[in-house]
Amino acid sequence: MSIWEYANPVKFIRTADVLLPWVTLAAVICLVTGLIWGFFFTPEDYRQGSTVKIIYLHVPAAMMAINAWMMMLIASLIWIVRRHHVSALAARAAAPIGAVMTVIGLVTGAIWGQPMWGTWWAWDPRLTVFLILFLFYLGYMALWEAIEDDDTAADLTSILCLVGSVFAVLSRYAVQFWNQGLHQGSSVLRAGAVTGADTGEKVSNVYFMPLMISGIGFVLLFVALVLLRTQTEIRARRSRALLARERMA
Amino acid sequence: MDLTASNLMVARGGVPVLEGVSFALAPGRALVLRGPNGAGKTTLLRTVAGLQPALQGEVTGAGERIAYAGHVDGLKTMLSVGENLDFWARVFGNSGIDAALVAFNLVALQDRMAGTLSAGQKRRLGLARLMVTGRSVWVLDEPTVSLDTDSVALFAGAVRAHLGQGGSALMATHIDLGIPEADVFDVAPYRAKPRAAVQDEAFL
Amino acid sequence: MIALLTRDLRLAVRAGGGFGLGLAFFLIVTVLVPFAVGPQTGLLTQIAPGVLWIGALLACLLSLDRIFALDWEDGSLDLLATAPLPMEGIVSVKALAHWITTGLPLVLAAPLLGVLLNLAGPGYLWLFVSLALGTPALSVIGTFGAALTVGLKRGGLLMSLLVLPLYVPTLIFGAEVARRGAEGLAVQTPLLMLAGISFGVTALLPFASAAVLRINLR
Repeated sequence: MSIWEYANPVKFIRTADVLLPWVTLAAVICLVTGLIWGFFFTPEDYRQGSTVKIIYLHVPAAMMAINAWMMMLIASLIWIVRRHHVSALAARAAAPIGAVMTVIGLVTGAIWGQPMWGTWWAWDPRLTVFLILFLFYLGYMALWEAIEDDDTAADLTSILCLVGSVFAVLSRYAVQFWNQGLHQGSSVLRAGAVTGADTGEKVSNVYFMPLMISGIGFVLLFVALVLLRTQTEIRARRSRALLARERMA
Repeated sequence: MDLTASNLMVARGGVPVLEGVSFALAPGRALVLRGPNGAGKTTLLRTVAGLQPALQGEVTGAGERIAYAGHVDGLKTMLSVGENLDFWARVFGNSGIDAALVAFNLVALQDRMAGTLSAGQKRRLGLARLMVTGRSVWVLDEPTVSLDTDSVALFAGAVRAHLGQGGSALMATHIDLGIPEADVFDVAPYRAKPRAAVQDEAFL
Repeated sequence: MIALLTRDLRLAVRAGGGFGLGLAFFLIVTVLVPFAVGPQTGLLTQIAPGVLWIGALLACLLSLDRIFALDWEDGSLDLLATAPLPMEGIVSVKALAHWITTGLPLVLAAPLLGVLLNLAGPGYLWLFVSLALGTPALSVIGTFGAALTVGLKRGGLLMSLLVLPLYVPTLIFGAEVARRGAEGLAVQTPLLMLAGISFGVTALLPFASAAVLRINLR
């Protein structure tokens, strides 16, 4: 048995039907646990006060904004190489979710930044990169919408996704060069955070566990949404194909 | 070298229109495609010319030997007749457009802007382009649209001269061109049976 | 290939708009900026490199949809596809023709417009150099956008949405060269990055442009 069996639309829908309730349930449990733990049962940061708690939304959302694009990139490559329709439709399904994650990351960042930096928006490298990533999502979705023929749209958006990925990375370095920024360095995955060798710079263990759970919750939520939306795309495509066959007969 | 199509299935917008099409076109021969509107003649010609992929079957002896002329002539209205022809000659790595100008009675119009030509004159220019490509297989889609009888005769003469030099021609047309040696190929029997677009098959 | 280039250039000259339109747009944008931000020379000096880069970028964007649209409408693109030119060559020549008709005049005009915005002394040289290095990248990236949207009705707006995010790295490094140059700082790092982007996209992006053009032609 090969993994490509799931590239068959019917098979995919059936598998997704089985998986969806469980993934959704797991996502809800993780999110509820992570967020409640994070919001109500962790101490306030000695410098940042209670504002630090937005980290449980901000970091996972930002992470998923990038991961969603990575998933689209992989799905696009699979479409280009193996031409499985489900892959192209999964990439299409993931784009709006990734875009919303980007917006959540940006908005929570602004809400966090206001009391910390004294401004809602700063042209800080990380914020800027996410704004650019959001523009890439917009362009990608707009191209899907603009082209009538499904296969042509899949081909063109896949190539745009590939080229866009290269330019997104380029933009990241360009932006870092352009402005050194206010944003704290990535604080989650430094060794000290995990081993407990806390020096105040890193996220300490108290915050790390709920953050981890919330992060897993976001991943599961993303998987559930992609499964659901891909199913919807497949069904829409299927209904159009059936209608076309009806007309022809 | 023959141009052959074997067991070809061609599609318009993903929906198969013709299937099982096979023919061979030897040097010095012409083949006229016939069939009602919408039968898929244009699609077949575009597939043979390599502008779109065939769903099944294959075309051999095409590729870099094809000169294609479709419904629009690819003329630049802001260039003169001579410049238009010269451009296509150079793109195909040739020079010398005089023979083509003479064959299609365009010598007097050589310095006119293509935008000021009548529809029939534009068509003649579009067909003269075939001669400057130096390609041996002409693939023509409704070449005689908007041509008067004299111009049709000019065109038939050019095609016969091309055949005489060992070239070949594949044409879709409804009128009698006055090329008696041309074979006729009716596409109607090859109409594909109704079915869904290929890209939808996986979804049914 | 040379035939295609000379034809495109000749068409640009004959059709009028080719050379002039982008340039006129650039001029107007530059003139409008002081109206919007005020006439203080100090402020203008400070923003001049960035404003001139944005103006050049928008002027470039304005003419992108002409790269393939006309050839698509009159059928030339189909005929070119059957010609013995590789599609990668066609898109490269198209990008080159676009740069000569749009980018090059902008490069030459930018120092003159710098006077209007009171650009600082050393800035003229670096503005010129950065645009000369950066505008080819703008043309090549724009050709990719034009190839993506060639068959679409109302493709112009969509193309801007697709192309502008791709312009970000070029703009950042290009404007940075001009800004640092104007302030008398070292320009080497951004200059090398800009050159890297320009050469990189010129070498690689035509393959992507040719691929999408082939898809759009089928």
